[in-house]
Amino acid sequence: MAKYMLLIFGDPKQWDAMTPEEWRAHDAAHAAFNAAAGSRVLRGEQLESPPVATTLRAGSDGGLVLTDGPFLETKEGLGGYYLIQADDLDEVTKLAALLPEVRAAHSAVEIRPVVDHG
Amino acid sequence: MSAHVDAAVALAHRREWAQLLAVLARTTGDLELAEECVQEAFAQALVVWPVSGIPDRPGAWLTRVARNRALDELRRRAALRRRLPLLVTDGPVSGPDSALDDDRLRLIFTCCHPALSQEAQAALTLRLVCGLSTGEVARAFLVSEATMAARLTRAKKKIATARIPYRTPAPESLGARVSVVLEVVQLIFTTGHTAPAGPGLVRHDLLDRALDLGRLLHLLMPTSAEVAAQLALMLLTSARAAARVSSDGRLLLLSEQDRSLWNPSRIAQGVALLDEALRRGPASRYALQAAIAATHASAASWEATDWAEIVELYSRLFVLWPSPVVALNRAVAVGMRDGPAAGLAALSPLLSEPALATYPYLSAARADFLRQLGRVSEAASAYEEALVLTSNDVERRFLLERLGAL
Repeated sequence: MAKYMLLIFGDPKQWDAMTPEEWRAHDAAHAAFNAAAGSRVLRGEQLESPPVATTLRAGSDGGLVLTDGPFLETKEGLGGYYLIQADDLDEVTKLAALLPEVRAAHSAVEIRPVVDHG
Repeated sequence: MSAHVDAAVALAHRREWAQLLAVLARTTGDLELAEECVQEAFAQALVVWPVSGIPDRPGAWLTRVARNRALDELRRRAALRRRLPLLVTDGPVSGPDSALDDDRLRLIFTCCHPALSQEAQAALTLRLVCGLSTGEVARAFLVSEATMAARLTRAKKKIATARIPYRTPAPESLGARVSVVLEVVQLIFTTGHTAPAGPGLVRHDLLDRALDLGRLLHLLMPTSAEVAAQLALMLLTSARAAARVSSDGRLLLLSEQDRSLWNPSRIAQGVALLDEALRRGPASRYALQAAIAATHASAASWEATDWAEIVELYSRLFVLWPSPVVALNRAVAVGMRDGPAAGLAALSPLLSEPALATYPYLSAARADFLRQLGRVSEAASAYEEALVLTSNDVERRFLLERLGAL
């Protein structure tokens, strides 16, 4: 067994524009994913929209600088995540295929193995 | 004796490499280690066989040497408590419970896993399944050896850390996974058939490796129509290899080729496999391409070619594979069926196709129709355009000759 992070990326404007019906279908798909994955889901959360993000980094004078917005200033941002455990990548992709974000044109799911420190 | 041993080692390399590496990869769970140990076993053979004689079963000898070397290394690692990410395997396999239970297939499907880029898939397949050296793989794809070594290392690291399983695919994904494998084989074949750059038009080493892969896949998956069709396509296309370049190194068009140089046994094998593929399932993209090659192969001469049939096959192919290159080939066939004016008209919608903007064959085809229509200055500029776009020496010489003859 290994751990994988499923990073859900997409365009927040498109998510904001979804109708209540679309959200119901969206939530139902997430419920189906959770049902299929069962105890393999260790954790999962929806994140507030990227424009709400605050980024902290080193400033030129050696101090810390807070900036308004996400680290990557891209149209698409991180919208949520799942931390799951699975035997191999094929098992993960089979489960991730159930997520509604892999069907919408503006979003996708990035699968990242979690480093195993033994 | 030494030449005799070299030949025996080379033969064993070609016959046994994939099987050896595939078994070692499963038993050690480490592609890199398997690669090193198999490599070393062949190096040992070159040293030992001249003294001890060539073993009766070279494969068994090589397996024993590679396995012992791997066990030593695994013991050493255990003593050092070094933990490396291992291949996800299903463990020791207990007898053939499925038709796909073969280590070579596991290796091929792992190398051609869709989570790897096609570049990485092709490089891994040539290195791990075909046993080409890193330098040879680098030369196949026209990159430096250092670049290729880095590409191979990155791909092997991804297989281990992302846990791409060392396994044949589940039945529900088998069709899609076979297609990925066949695309890699076809890429290797095409790279060998028309080398993108360099002195020779055909790279026989790559062609032969692609054919070996196709035969192996057909042996291991005899019921797959797509596998049979792809092998048929390679056989029918490569049957013409000896006739494509003249004795002075000039590229010969299909119309100029001496058909007595076409390899009749490859054509016969290809046609038989194509028939088999068409019996087993609906015509795949490879089956239609093979049917086109078979139509050419069965024509007694260029003039006697059934161009109506070729146009029809390209039309069906375009439905399955709407590629601009297929559209280009169809337009050329229309020109052959209905004359150069019709061909030129069929090409004209493709001139605005961005995917063909740097494709030398479009300019070359246009130039040829213009030449036949006597539109000399337009033909000249089209040949010049094609010249700018190709870097294969043989093709360049052909275009220069055509340009000179205007």
